[in-house]
Amino acid sequence: MPADMPTPADLLLDVQDLCVSFRSERGTIRILENISFTVGQREILSIVGESGSGKSMTSLAVMRLITDPNAIITGRIIYKGRDLLQLDARAMRDLRGREIAMIFQDPMTAMTPVYTIGWQIEEQLRAHQKLSRRAARARAVELLGEMGIPAPAKAATRYPHQLSGGMRQRAMIAMALSCNPSLLIADEPTTALDVTVQAQILELIQRLRQDFGSSVILITHDMGVVATVSDRVMVMYSGIIAERGPKPLVLAQPSHPYTLGLLNSIPPMHGARPRRLPSIPGSPPSPTGRPAGCPFQPRCDFRFEPCGTRPPLFANGEQEASCYLAEKGLPDWPHERAIRAEGRQREGAAA
Amino acid sequence: MSGRVPMLEAASVTKTFVVGSRFRSGGIQHVQALSDVSLKVFAGETLGLVGESGCGKSTLGRCLLRLYDLNGGRITFKGRDISGLGQRELRPLRADMQMVFQDPYASLNPRRRVGDLIAEPLRVHGRRRESEVQDRLRELMDLVNLSPEFLTRFPHEFSGGQRQRIGIARAIALAPSLIVADEPVSALDVSVQAQIVNLFMDLQDKLGLTYVFIAHDLSVVRQIATRTAVMYLGGIVELGETDRVLHRPAHPYTAALISAVPEPDPQGNIRARTILRGEPPSPTNPPPGCRFHTRCPIAQERCRVEVPLLRPLEDAHSVACHFPLDGPNLPNGAAPGHA
Repeated sequence: MPADMPTPADLLLDVQDLCVSFRSERGTIRILENISFTVGQREILSIVGESGSGKSMTSLAVMRLITDPNAIITGRIIYKGRDLLQLDARAMRDLRGREIAMIFQDPMTAMTPVYTIGWQIEEQLRAHQKLSRRAARARAVELLGEMGIPAPAKAATRYPHQLSGGMRQRAMIAMALSCNPSLLIADEPTTALDVTVQAQILELIQRLRQDFGSSVILITHDMGVVATVSDRVMVMYSGIIAERGPKPLVLAQPSHPYTLGLLNSIPPMHGARPRRLPSIPGSPPSPTGRPAGCPFQPRCDFRFEPCGTRPPLFANGEQEASCYLAEKGLPDWPHERAIRAEGRQREGAAA
Repeated sequence: MSGRVPMLEAASVTKTFVVGSRFRSGGIQHVQALSDVSLKVFAGETLGLVGESGCGKSTLGRCLLRLYDLNGGRITFKGRDISGLGQRELRPLRADMQMVFQDPYASLNPRRRVGDLIAEPLRVHGRRRESEVQDRLRELMDLVNLSPEFLTRFPHEFSGGQRQRIGIARAIALAPSLIVADEPVSALDVSVQAQIVNLFMDLQDKLGLTYVFIAHDLSVVRQIATRTAVMYLGGIVELGETDRVLHRPAHPYTAALISAVPEPDPQGNIRARTILRGEPPSPTNPPPGCRFHTRCPIAQERCRVEVPLLRPLEDAHSVACHFPLDGPNLPNGAAPGHA
């Protein structure tokens, strides 16, 4: 572990070698393979990846929400010194919502349509704290106000469908924060929202650590969102960690070809428009069709012989990547990128 | 640009939807999805339509193809007024104007083979021999970079990106001159999105297509569109060359929209951001005057009463604002440009 990682005293969550697989008729399907990461106090960690990369599965495993009897979960999830995987269902239920809260992409399906927003926040408060109905309602209204909902007392009497998407997401964050959790897991919280509303919600998430002292795990597919809010980043690909490290390092000098490819494929908002966007060929593999060795190698422009065996995480200062190129330190991407662009042009001319 | 004859022209297009029922609370309501929208699309260009959900960009796309009837205004395609045509009269025109949809999972019939899906427009429109259809299918698969072996497979066997390629092959099957693409890349993963954007650009080069490209992602629009129209609550607020609109926006809404886009900048977005308060008002009850005045950081008294019309600035750039901005940055609550 690099020297300047948070010391165990600052660690809120320490996930070690988390593996999730499912038994099926065609054998065991491995979904997550040896995922390890930490979340420090008041830290915002972003988990980025495309669909099927396992980012949501990671958060569900931390919340112990994978209930499928065919699931096999191994590893350790140390939260405030306790291994969550060893807790019984009752202790876990007590912890969920009070210590670790979660918000989802679509607040419409995460809330029940038959009770008012206020009722749902009250229920959460009263489940974890001894509060009178009146006190719970007062606290619910206060929370809605803190989340920037106009006329919170009136909003508390509304049903989820009566609110707009942005307001519903605020109400869900209010509900998640109602018991002052130390850790908030936000699974694609702004994906369903318009950019101007997304900007408001991201601002709100950044404010949480000051106002509530919460740490946040933000799951997203959007590198722009990562750049805006996070301290550290973990990039996932096909159930493994591709790369992790402090945000400025990962975004400025990615050490995994997948991170580089993802960043390159975003059309730039400034400067010259590329004639063609650098893209990653093919599409992410399904969990049943994962290639042997490095799962990214069939799509990778830099693959060479060692890629046939699974690369471990190579550390380079605070930045780590599971790529043999990262073993010798940071690859010289600008040079590689030129070769890659040339190759693409040739490819284009041939086609 | 004004000297050229547009391929497609919309003049004062209005579209209203009726929602609700007289048997329910609230009764019948009229949603003004488009009010007085005018634009021109020139041959060979890509016109980007951007805006937030509910701004009317998809409705406009569908009105341009006459998939919807209009409540007012006129649409001219290649010099012919198509706003009053019935379904039967429109059918021959459909071969020349096609659409690509957002969701490649929902827009392909899961029970039919890819070859049949792509061949359907060929069989419906042309009296082609079956051998001609098969030749054309191979040609189309080649154009969208899919293997001809895939023709006998079913849609569920493909990834999102491949399905979108199938949707594009079907749209170009009859060699149309105009394609309206409604959020064609927003359901795709980032790494695949770039492939499809490249495909759209390649096909434009090879086939001389004209696109109306609807998207909410400004960076995608910047990559593909020659001109961009920004919509807000059923109207166009700004229209011009893409880089002009995105780098020197004249409408405060465009400026706020651009500043809200999170960019993958390693330093984090330290630049001053204008975070708009509130959300777009309901189109069933749009505010009087300028529709943006309820959220506008520089709104004046005049904005609350007088509707700003889309008027030209220099360089074929037009804006619907009483107080258009000058520079690249929106002054935070500062005085408007020409006050």
